[in-house]
Formats: sequence, C-alpha cells, structure tokens
Amino acid sequence: MMYRALFRIRFTNSLQYRAAALAGLTTQFAWGFMYVLAFAAFYRSNPAAFPMTFQQTVSYIWMQQAFIAIFFIWMYDNSIFEAIESGQISYELVRPMDLYNRWFTMTTANRLSRAVLRCLPILIVAFVLPEPYRLVFPGEWARLGLFVLSMVLSLGVVVSFSMLIYISAFSTINSIGTRIVVGVAGDFLAGGYIPIPFFPDALRIAVELSPFGAMQNMPLLIYSGYLTGSALARGMLLQVFWVVILVCVGRVLLNRALKRVVVQGG
Amino acid sequence: MRLYIKYFSVHIKSQMQYKTSFFFTTTGQFLVAFATFLSIHFLFDRFDSVGGFYYEEVLICFSVMIMAFSISELIGRGFDRFPMLLGNGGFDRALVRPRNVVFQVLASQVEFSRLGRFVQAVAILVYALPRSGIDWTWDKILTLTLMITCGSVLFFGLFVLYAAFSFFTIEGLEFMNILTDGGREHGRLPFSVYGEGVLKFLTYVVPLALIQYYPLLYLVGREESILYALTPVLALAFLLPCWGFFRFGLRHYKSTGS
Repeated sequence: MMYRALFRIRFTNSLQYRAAALAGLTTQFAWGFMYVLAFAAFYRSNPAAFPMTFQQTVSYIWMQQAFIAIFFIWMYDNSIFEAIESGQISYELVRPMDLYNRWFTMTTANRLSRAVLRCLPILIVAFVLPEPYRLVFPGEWARLGLFVLSMVLSLGVVVSFSMLIYISAFSTINSIGTRIVVGVAGDFLAGGYIPIPFFPDALRIAVELSPFGAMQNMPLLIYSGYLTGSALARGMLLQVFWVVILVCVGRVLLNRALKRVVVQGG
Repeated sequence: MRLYIKYFSVHIKSQMQYKTSFFFTTTGQFLVAFATFLSIHFLFDRFDSVGGFYYEEVLICFSVMIMAFSISELIGRGFDRFPMLLGNGGFDRALVRPRNVVFQVLASQVEFSRLGRFVQAVAILVYALPRSGIDWTWDKILTLTLMITCGSVLFFGLFVLYAAFSFFTIEGLEFMNILTDGGREHGRLPFSVYGEGVLKFLTYVVPLALIQYYPLLYLVGREESILYALTPVLALAFLLPCWGFFRFGLRHYKSTGS
C-alpha cells in the first residue's frame, strides 16, 4: 500500500517534465534514424553477413529508442546517489519503510514514467515511416504479450542491477566514476550499442547467460521475431533467475552496508 | 593570452585536487569512446566495408571526429555549460568585469577529463594510420591536420550556437545534442554512408561533412583534386553565423535576476 503511494508520487512527479521529454524525443528520433541508416548501409554492403533480417534490426532499434528509459542502465535515479552522498540517507533510515523496497519502487516508477512519456510519439512516427525503415507490428498477439512480459522482467533486471550501483555508492563517497564505468560497460554488453546477435560468437554466448543478456536484449529480440521457441523460453527463464539473484544479492549487500554506515556531519 | 594560461593552470590545479574523481571521469570518457570503437570493430568482423570504406579508413574517420570533439570540448566547455552560467547569474558577474565576455566564458571551464576521449582517439589513429595503406606525403599530413583542427573549430562553433540559443530559452536545448554529440557519435562512419539527404544537410547546413567525408576522400586517394583536401577550411565560415547569433543573443539578453 505504502509502496503503491510512493510509486504514484514518483510517477506523477516525473510526468511533469513534459517539455524536457519533448526535446528529448526529437534527439532520440534523430539518433534512432541515424542508427537505422547506418545499419542499412552495412546491410547493402553484404546482406549475407547480417545475423538478423534487416526488418528485425529496424524493429530492434525503434523499440529500443521508444523504451530507452526502461532499458538503459545509465538512466539512473540521481536523487538516490544524492541521498547517499549528501547524508540525506539518515532521514531515509528513520522512515518505517524497507529501504531496498523503497528505492526499488522509486527507480521503477521513475523509469516507467519516463518511458510512458516518450514511447508513444516515437512509436507512432516509427510506424508510419516509409517501407524498409518502418517499425512493423509483430504478426501474432501472443508475441506481443510475450514482449510485454519480457519487458517487465527486463525492467526488473535493470532496476535490481542499478540497485547494486546505488549500494556501491556507500563505500565510494564519489560514485560518479562507478556510475559511468559500469553504465557504459553494462549497456554495451546488454546490446545498447549494437544488438547482441552482432557480437562475435564466444562473447555472444557468454553475454546471453549473464544478467546483461537478460536486459533489453530479450524483449527487443522477442518483438522483432528473432527469438522463438525454446530459445525464447530459456531466455525468459534466465530473466526470472537474474531478477531473483540480483534482488537477493542487493538485499544482502544493502544490509551489510547499512550496518557500517557512518553519516558524516550533521 | 597570459591571463588565459593562468586560468588554465588554476583549472588544472583545482581538478587535480580530486585525483580519484578525475581519474574515474577520465576513464569513463575513455570507456564511452572505447565502447563505440568496439561496436565498429565487431561490425567489421562481419563486414568488409561500408559504403565503399574499409575498416582502417573508417577508424581514421572515427578518431578524427572524437579528437576534434574532445579538443573543442576541453577548451569550449564553458559554452557547453553556458545555460548553467545564465541560470545561476554567473554571466551577470562576467558582464560587469572589464574583460571580454567571450574570454571569460572560455576561461570559466576547462574540462581535462575530456583527455580520456582524446587518448582513445590517439590510440586508434596510431593503430590505423600505418595500416591504412596511405602514402604519407606532406599533402596528406596537411589534410589530416586540417581535418582535426578545423573540426575542433567547427564543434566549437556548434557549442557557441548552443550557448546563443540559451540566451532565449535559459534552459539547455537537448536537440542541439543531435549536432554536437550526434555529430561525434554518428561521425564514426563517413557521412555519405547515411545517404544523400543526410550528406547534403551536413554539407550545406551544418558543414560537418566538410571536415570529415570530403577530406577523407582525398586522404584515402578516392579523389585526386587538392580542393578536397582544403574543404575543412571552408567549414570555418560556419563560425560567422554562430558568432553573429551569439552577439544577437547577447544584445537581447535579460538577466534571470537571481
């Protein structure tokens, strides 16, 4: 109940920044389009070397841009870092709420609201673009359902993973370095720069088993129709596995960190 | 100039006070560029060429762009952070000082962590240059130098333009990122790759292709005419409207009054 209220507050709070969202939209749209054009050029140079079909790649890119706030690790909730670094955390500790749940809810709400603001306009434009660059609707409703389910799971993985980074801020004081380094490396491995099927085989297989492969990779490949059958089932099970593991590890680490926390100054 | 060097050394000293923080941000900058490099590398594992350009040629293109960008960001960070300067009233203080305003904005920020990106660019260039099969005569060296220097001037112009816009909006405008950050990121491939429309836009409107695609053609020997080598100089003309617009904005400046 408490967490639902918190979720609502954070959600409506972020919805206020509509102008920023609009400006962000134009940028994102242009970026997506440049990516699509670049992949089109690679496709023309050698269609046989493409691990996915071109249409699948296009769908991947547009859906990625539309739900960027859900998928990318670097879209942190900066207020949490500030709370830890400024010592505000002491107020959080006296609240009768579980800190892990509280931050988890805040981050989820934050990411969801940003995604809600941004996805529709991008999706609409991407659906009406001329042919090869167009986002296509997946043929069956079942696939769309699996996509939504997998996206929820990937939100879980991304949020529980970023919880680990928030917790690491307890021991570093200045977390900006960790934030950037882990964010960039993680988003690269998750397929944020180029889709994982484009990776060399050895790396691809390793990444698919890691938590990074359970992030944007899964829902995007399901939507585009690249993943089907047993590979799809296995991937989604891995997503569930990683959410559980990451949440457990996060809780343990947070409890350890809170035992040792020293609030500097008053 | 002496004063600028003084400011410069003060910035070095102050940023070196936080060594770990400096180290991590620099590493972060390096990693961002490295991730982009890796994605190019993985793609060229599968493909021989893109739009008629080979791996080493694309790497030259990529490193020139990030080098130009990192130089202009190192020096011109003040303009990149300009909306903040307007928002907190810092610009009003600059206006009453008996020094050139542009100079003060320039000197207000020097961002050394951008060296991380620069180092990455140098490393890639060192790798790609000997392997590119280019015969390094003086004219090719000149071309490369022009690409980098004029490129950083052009990016600097874009930062000034960005700052000029914020005279009217106070907030930073995210859409300008398409030109600055976008120019850097998507400039990893020669702009012709993105098709005619994009190339025309980047030739006649925002002349990023003049410091990248055209001189690259000369550099790798696709075009023989020396005119292609000199196109980066043309791009310098872009500074005029940027500068003009900044002056225009300055005349219409109303303080945020804080």
